[in-house]
Amino acid sequence: MKQLTIISGKGGTGKTTLAACFAVLAENKIIVDTDVDAPDLHLILHPTILSQEEFSGAKIAVKDKNKCTKCGKCEEICRFNAIRDLKIDYLRCEGCGVCVHICPEEAITLEDKPTGYIYNSETKYGPMIHARLKAGMETSGKLVTEVRNNARKISEGGSYNLIILDGSPGIGCPVIASLAGTDLALVVTEPTLSGLSDLKRIVGVAEHFKIETLVCINKYDINLKNAQEIKEFCEEKGIKLVGMIPFDPEVSRALAQGKVVVEVSNGPAAQAIHELWDVVSRCLFHSDN
Amino acid sequence: MIISVASGKGGTGKTTIATNLALSLKNCQYVDCDVEEPNGYIFLRPQIQESKTVYLPVPHVHLEKCSFCGKCAEFCQFNALAVAKENILIFPELCHGCGGCMVICPNSAITEENRSIGVVEKGKASHLEFVQGKLNIGEPMATPVVRAVKDEIDEEKIAILDASPGTGCPVIETISGSDYCLLITEPTPFGLYDLQLAVEVMRNLRIPFGIIVNRWGEGDSQLEDYCLKENIPILLKIPFSRDIAMLYSKGIPLVQAHPHWKANFLKLFEGIEERLGEATHHH
Repeated sequence: MKQLTIISGKGGTGKTTLAACFAVLAENKIIVDTDVDAPDLHLILHPTILSQEEFSGAKIAVKDKNKCTKCGKCEEICRFNAIRDLKIDYLRCEGCGVCVHICPEEAITLEDKPTGYIYNSETKYGPMIHARLKAGMETSGKLVTEVRNNARKISEGGSYNLIILDGSPGIGCPVIASLAGTDLALVVTEPTLSGLSDLKRIVGVAEHFKIETLVCINKYDINLKNAQEIKEFCEEKGIKLVGMIPFDPEVSRALAQGKVVVEVSNGPAAQAIHELWDVVSRCLFHSDN
Repeated sequence: MIISVASGKGGTGKTTIATNLALSLKNCQYVDCDVEEPNGYIFLRPQIQESKTVYLPVPHVHLEKCSFCGKCAEFCQFNALAVAKENILIFPELCHGCGGCMVICPNSAITEENRSIGVVEKGKASHLEFVQGKLNIGEPMATPVVRAVKDEIDEEKIAILDASPGTGCPVIETISGSDYCLLITEPTPFGLYDLQLAVEVMRNLRIPFGIIVNRWGEGDSQLEDYCLKENIPILLKIPFSRDIAMLYSKGIPLVQAHPHWKANFLKLFEGIEERLGEATHHH
């Protein structure tokens, strides 16, 4: 069983578009959307939800007003400013439990906080696990880990040989949770100065966790000079640049219709994605040879 | 006044709006709260004058006082401590810095030491005041760095806060306390779906907000229908244009290449002031 995580550092570079294409092109795979903050993959893969579970990834401090004597000790000790005017702000509470410990009246308890939902679904290309973090909730990293656990459970009973993980933007906890223990990271970047800046940071993260990394440039022809700079950066770092996808209006056309571009187009972008998948799958499955 | 710029989805143009709005106003502070991937500096090219390390307190166990009772590890909600036979293992990346282990230890064997998790940089970009935060590579917790960045907000100025994509904890930390929030979206099914999540957050936090549509003209009317139905104002539309995309790719602010856009951003700001019912003298 191999795991491929698609990341970008920067948002909007085409991670989900590529993940969906790979979901169509790869065989015997499980598809996982680990962008629990802004999950979008379901908008083009149209999964049928088989089961849904609530996820409690965090605890939250809850106060019993009747027991509270307004001594203010909880407010004083909370490092997250989550207690103001003796009221607990559930968006700021990290569930550390220090207030529970300090309260002389035992008026505060820690309770499970439902932070999101996990969906076990089926698409015409295979099983898909996705989730949704409740708006404004924390612990997206834990939810990502749980989503991945669900995928692993499904993989145990089947003949799957690949898990494709669609990552989230950034370099923080959800991204790290989607990268941990993966076999290969594919970074999707775009030839803009911000794309290059974010690429450098996300490659640093993959390096930090010692994960083999490949890079592809989406819409490479919108700025050839920056594309060249990305190429040079990859060479310097000894990272394989495995794909150059041209700007092609058919990609956004397919997206607008909620379709996967390789299903409906044979244009320049679709062709480049076919070639990209050939290289990526070879790296995944034949890297030991 | 604090105006934050957010979006459910990445790559919609938050930084474009935040930097151009900041460049169009006087007495303004641009604050990049996307500490995972700060991009504002690319467009504003600031001169950094000051740099502060952001620390998070992590436990330090004095083994000579420790009785290995395990109460600290038992208390820690984040599994940042583990008690081995005659040693305590600390996992700094998991520690939220709540100080609970120190409070709970019956032998006073725990003190705290500072661990660097990022940096806050301050400087000037022509007439603008510039602040950004950078999370160290490999660190999972962005929120404390966002908090440190927000400590630099100058209340005498109009602060424009550039948030990270999504609706997770760093975004909540960024936008809480804002007077107004601009949600940037694009007219695609992805844009609309993620916008709906962001709207839910705005309503939970009770922050007044309006919408800016970027790459206007490439999609259908679904987005406008949604805004109309939900009674959400669309404050500005930025057309889908190869020229604007080209400027972005080179890191050139729109108002610098096309000064007439300044008027649009100024109008946007005045519109926000009006909505907040405080047409003041900021400019």
